[in-house]
Amino acid sequence: MIVAERKTIPELIDILQGHKNVLVLGCGTCVTVCLAGGEREVSIIASALRIASRTQNLDFKVSELTIERQCDNIFIEQAAEAIDKSDAVLSLGCGAGVQAIAERYPRKPVYAGLNTKFLGILEERGIWTEKCAACGACVLHEYGGICPVTRCAKHMLNGPCGGSKEDRCEVNPDRPCAWQLIYQRLKSIGQLQKLEQVTMPKNWGPSLSGGPRTIIRDDHRI
Amino acid sequence: MSSAKKETTIVAFCCIYCAYAAADLAGSMRLQYPSNIRILRTPCTGRLEVEYFMKAFEDGADGVIVAGCEEGSCHFKEGNLVAKRRVNYAKKLLAEAGLESDRLRMVNVSAASARKLVDYLKEMAATIEKLGPSPLHTVKQLARQESKS
Ligand code: SF4
Ligand code: SF4
Repeated sequence: MIVAERKTIPELIDILQGHKNVLVLGCGTCVTVCLAGGEREVSIIASALRIASRTQNLDFKVSELTIERQCDNIFIEQAAEAIDKSDAVLSLGCGAGVQAIAERYPRKPVYAGLNTKFLGILEERGIWTEKCAACGACVLHEYGGICPVTRCAKHMLNGPCGGSKEDRCEVNPDRPCAWQLIYQRLKSIGQLQKLEQVTMPKNWGPSLSGGPRTIIRDDHRI
Repeated sequence: MSSAKKETTIVAFCCIYCAYAAADLAGSMRLQYPSNIRILRTPCTGRLEVEYFMKAFEDGADGVIVAGCEEGSCHFKEGNLVAKRRVNYAKKLLAEAGLESDRLRMVNVSAASARKLVDYLKEMAATIEKLGPSPLHTVKQLARQESKS
């Protein structure tokens, strides 16, 4: 899922400067699961903004709404009335959600209330970790299912680097060395021989380096 | 009673298994606690969400005290530990929004600790007296006065 984190209230106050009627718009999908932008967080952030508005005499009104998915037209329609009534939208969707709303409301200021961080998983209650950088040409099959692009600080495809210490990464000893994990995993599934091949430089064309990407599925178009 | 005390309201979320029973006991023991404390019974402090604290302040509370069981003796094992983290998060948010974080506090008492609970409630009342009425409360009152005049 997409993992995000809220901006601080002073940051949001700064972003919303000059507006009098703000809609805090939540998203019921990824950011609900990562506890950053669902119905509950909308309620909490809207409350904090109303408190800030009153302690700092900013005099703006804050309303709340959460739709199922901000990156999907069918659901965006459900927010039409609330968006029309507001003079700005503070979206608690991921970066894609914010842009989807902004594209559909060309005359309405739409702001991001979250910092969208990464594609990751819930490691344990309250802890999310990054697992994929959406490189566009997945090589997980070569590395026992552990992504060197995302989880090795140097994105090494022929690791480890010289700095791997025991099982720790030299860039941040709080993190395991991805290459130690790759080695252990390949060993336990009997595929250690994969490490004997030297991997050629990755083609980054399909990644974000080639600009924003589009997928077209003719079989689904109407 | 001072005038500042008269104007303020402190919401006390009390867990039914400990603090609420302690408040009951305080009554039986004729122990006095400040009259601006409003006790709300909760099934467990772990049931309280961050937004409950935020809404309490939004709706005019000057202080909020959360009283749960002593650590290690929650009826639901860890409800009070969950509450502690939520209180800490709400304190951070309140501070970001410009409200003194001391207006929100969590304490732990057993069902038998009537005196301890009363002491905590008095401490809370003193803190709020020192801080004065919540700025939100004041603005609300002013708005009300304005709309009347
Ligand atoms: S190789 Fe690319 S697509 Fe596969 S997990 Fe890593 S970043 Fe994601
Ligand atoms: S120590 Fe391991 S994870 Fe860290 S940069 Fe080197 S190879 Fe990558």
